[in-house]
Amino acid sequence: MAHDDHHGHPHGHAHGHAHDHAHGSELSPIEARVRALESILVEKGYVDPAALDALVEMYETKVGPHNGARVVARAWTDPDYRARLLADATPAIAELDIGGRGGEHMVVVANTPDTHNLVVCTLCSCYPWPVLGLPPVWYKAPPYRARAVSDPRGVLAEFGVSLPEATRIAVWDSTAETRYMVLPMRPAGTEGWDEAALAALVTRDAMIGTGLPRTPDAVAA
Amino acid sequence: MNGAQDLGGMHGFGPVRPEADEPVFHADWERRVFALALAMGFTGTWNLDGSRAARESLPPAEYLASSYYAIWLKALEAQVAQHGLATPEEMQSGVSSGPGKAVARILTADILEPRFRAGFPSDRPAQGPARFAIGDTVRARNLHPRGHTRLPRYVRGRVGRVEHVHGAFVLPDTNATGAGENPHWLYTVGFSATELWGPDGDPNQRVMVEAFEPYLDPEAA
Repeated sequence: MAHDDHHGHPHGHAHGHAHDHAHGSELSPIEARVRALESILVEKGYVDPAALDALVEMYETKVGPHNGARVVARAWTDPDYRARLLADATPAIAELDIGGRGGEHMVVVANTPDTHNLVVCTLCSCYPWPVLGLPPVWYKAPPYRARAVSDPRGVLAEFGVSLPEATRIAVWDSTAETRYMVLPMRPAGTEGWDEAALAALVTRDAMIGTGLPRTPDAVAA
Repeated sequence: MNGAQDLGGMHGFGPVRPEADEPVFHADWERRVFALALAMGFTGTWNLDGSRAARESLPPAEYLASSYYAIWLKALEAQVAQHGLATPEEMQSGVSSGPGKAVARILTADILEPRFRAGFPSDRPAQGPARFAIGDTVRARNLHPRGHTRLPRYVRGRVGRVEHVHGAFVLPDTNATGAGENPHWLYTVGFSATELWGPDGDPNQRVMVEAFEPYLDPEAA
């Protein structure tokens, strides 16, 4: 368990890989280990290298929080859609041609002036892939998983979000195959905005519950 | 199992550290591990619950000292060896000493998008009527199985309220070992933070977990 893996810790040695590549073709221990594993699994015919590349491309470029932002923007502009989304999220999300692995059983929870929702997976890293993509490192790391359920206000403060004492906080721990997404409140001052403009206000963190949507002022600044 | 993955309520990990403009992956080996784990899962040799069980079976000190994709890598190597798909020596050397075993299916690039878009649902026909209804008071059982479970420690023995009845789903506890899908009713159970954390709980906070019927007992309201 030595430091064979300096990537992805919450304190983020973001420049570690630059060091790894500094010596030309020399591989770090974990790079060599992964390369050997991949060679064996390809050689034995269990995996198709083209499918591996396609998987990476799909989750790096196609699936991401821009999908969830479209869902939120539609819900902000279409009350009937919002009702369908909150009643049975999976088919409502599929109306926008979004869905699939990691989002087979979606639940959307709406923030209100009284209640703020926050999503976590204390046991691993369950996250609604089709709408939000792959989770950020902090979502999968111990500090968030430990404290989202016991100190959500403290966690929110670390994201710069401070809610009134009287605001109720509902924390959703994703312990089964249901996957949660937060429907944030539509920011004031956006009357008459179209869906594309509204979607640009919707951040990934706003759909996890660790953030709030951008405001029109913040976008204009 | 009472492993290091069950983090809800733990102290001492420090603040959550969000990373600005975080990339999907932090190193190329993370891309490869991600894709290998998904492609190997697709072969049907094991299921998602088995993969979670393999990850949480790492010794606690190692689990906590490993980055997210390092945990995936170590678990994947263990599963490959355990199921006889390659030997540890082959994985270490990258040199195959014989042909692979037959697997049920192989993920190819051409089927990736439609297959992942369709998803892998885990709801199943119910084997009988639901024992609980919305509004029922329940107590999470005080269970400490040596194997995989999705009942987090922080709710065991605590009293909550059934908030939603999802239908019947694959039971992770048996599915993880290959002992069968064993579908059971799945509920959202809400707990007050003061029930979970005593006087340290926020009176304006609730935590919802997804709990399978065998995790719950009825409780007088």
